[in-house]
Amino acid sequence: MKVLVAIKRVIDYNVKVRVKADNSDVDLTNVKMAVNPFCEIAIEEAVRLKESGQATEVVAVAVGPSQCQEQLRTALALGADRAILVETEGFPQPLSVAKLLKGVYDQEQPGLVIFGKQSIDADNNQTGQMFAALAGLGQGTFASKVEIAGDTVNVTREVDGGLQTVALKAPAVVTTDLRLNEPRYASLPNIMKAKKKPLDTLTPEALGVEVKATIETLRVEPPAERQGGIKVDSVEALVDKLKNEAKVI
Amino acid sequence: MSILLVAEHNDAALNPVTLNVLAAAQAIGGDITVLVAGEGCGAAAEAAAALPGVSKVLCADAAVYGKQLAENVAPLIAEAAAGHSHVLSAHSTNGKNTMPRVAALLDVNMVSDIISVESEDTFKRPFYAGNAIATVKSSDAVKVVTVRHTAFDATPATGGSAAVEALASAHDAGVSSFVNEEIVKLDRPELTAARVVVSGGRGMGSGENFKILEGVADKLNAAMGASRAAVDAGFVPNDMQVGQTGKIVAPELYIAVGISGAIQHLAGMKDSKVIVAINKDEDAPIFQVADYGLVADLFQAVPELEAQI
Ligand SMILES: Cc1cc2nc3c(=O)[nH]c(=O)nc-3n(C[C@H](O)[C@H](O)[C@H](O)COP(=O)(O)OP(=O)(O)OC[C@H]3O[C@@H](n4cnc5c(N)ncnc54)[C@H](O)[C@@H]3O)c2cc1C
Ligand SMILES: Nc1ncnc2c1ncn2[C@@H]1O[C@H](COP(=O)(O)O)[C@@H](O)[C@H]1O
Repeated sequence: MKVLVAIKRVIDYNVKVRVKADNSDVDLTNVKMAVNPFCEIAIEEAVRLKESGQATEVVAVAVGPSQCQEQLRTALALGADRAILVETEGFPQPLSVAKLLKGVYDQEQPGLVIFGKQSIDADNNQTGQMFAALAGLGQGTFASKVEIAGDTVNVTREVDGGLQTVALKAPAVVTTDLRLNEPRYASLPNIMKAKKKPLDTLTPEALGVEVKATIETLRVEPPAERQGGIKVDSVEALVDKLKNEAKVI
Repeated sequence: MSILLVAEHNDAALNPVTLNVLAAAQAIGGDITVLVAGEGCGAAAEAAAALPGVSKVLCADAAVYGKQLAENVAPLIAEAAAGHSHVLSAHSTNGKNTMPRVAALLDVNMVSDIISVESEDTFKRPFYAGNAIATVKSSDAVKVVTVRHTAFDATPATGGSAAVEALASAHDAGVSSFVNEEIVKLDRPELTAARVVVSGGRGMGSGENFKILEGVADKLNAAMGASRAAVDAGFVPNDMQVGQTGKIVAPELYIAVGISGAIQHLAGMKDSKVIVAINKDEDAPIFQVADYGLVADLFQAVPELEAQI
């Protein structure tokens, strides 16, 4: 079975973003970029499926500008066999990304498509589900466990009340949650090897998809700052403040 | 304007977040129809009919909608969306699972996790783990939106008397089925609805040690939360995770114990009214958002706190 993994280039999760002075967007100049953490988990899951003999090939795909090649090389260094960049100007909105990935899916015919549950820049939590709807596939979102049994994919999902397990007919879509696995680090030899692995580029035109933006960002602002609080020097003082000043207990 | 509100429920009852979503719907304005899809969900539909300002309740009660599998429910919602300008739900795991599928079926984008309604087509939403707030305008024919419940004050649960209309259509995509679930039994308030939340982090050291927090939580009738590090370490179950990628909470009082205050954690709790932090590291970033910080060893401070409240 072939596994397709969708990966997004995002700001490194350790970076605290700043809003531009003109409130047009956040400032990403000279900011460290990385593979979206949930997508790293997606790659790891796919590579483990290959290592355990359940997957035959792992193909990483990204939609975005040419710089996304860096993140695709990372995916290759982590164990993906091939990579595909669907090159666009900037990052399209989720519905267009889902349509482009559907185009790649139709060409590749994988048995499993793994997404991250959420991109940590846009915080949408949409693309995997949209893709699943377009492809007419079952979806195991927020997965903390994936088990393949014949042509059934059993996915344990992290839901508000606890855990839920669903059985999906392959081909199926999985979106990863943090506890699914702990991604490995790329070793130096693997980083070198990744440079020689195939990385193809496609265009939206070749996939027959029109990239459309229907959501316009009018303004970006920093969140309301919290007033700095105080330090208390004892539990007694804390309880007194909570009772008499904040009046919350 | 005509809003289709997808109720959050467990068949037997409405989840209280539905009232916050209703408040967002009222902020948009217009006619409000509530859709209740499930198996044996008559009671939830009756509760929806009593919501104030709701003109109609659509009840899709069928075995295929049991456990509200997104593959089956999304086409139902997309069908029911005909003639509506907006489709709204909570930004819960249910809403996140289903609504993007609905949006794709309607061939529109979606606006996730709104915290304010600026006008019928313009909303504010946090992104970058809450480090920036975007004002976004949707030009889609139908606005598919999930609502951050903590950003809207709940409406009353009663006052209305809408008619309940049964929806007969049963969509079975045939690609997924429910296997089982482990729903954590709560003998304390639900995390996202509690007035007080007591959360523990990696500093708790073990799951066993969370018992000392329970003492405080019991006295304050509080819900219990956790950082991701505490969940990852296996101290507590995943449904307790507060943060960017966990649950969003905004209680009157949030007590963070042995939590450093990573941005991903702050994203889930910094809208709490009063924040207390107990941490032995005086430089821990959590103190930057805490109204009251106590630099102390938690194993000493927490039992003292329990004794004094
Ligand atoms: C993509 C992504 C998403 C994430 N999403 C989330 C999320 O939703 N929620 C979340 O919480 N995290 C999330 N994280 C993880 C986050 O980055 C931090 O790693 C995590 O919040 C740290 O948890 P912690 O504060 O419990 O642990 P630590 O950072 O290890 O802090 C432990 C604290 O306990 C204190 N301490 C230790 N012993 C004692 C003692 N005896 N008495 C008092 N204090 C003590 C220490 O001083 C320290 O400050 C995410 C990370 C990534 C990459
Ligand atoms: N531009 C993109 N290229 C490839 N995958 C993407 C892209 N945008 C989103 N995804 C995938 O969809 C997931 C969820 O993203 P989002 O819906 O933006 O929160 C990510 O973790 C990726 O797996």
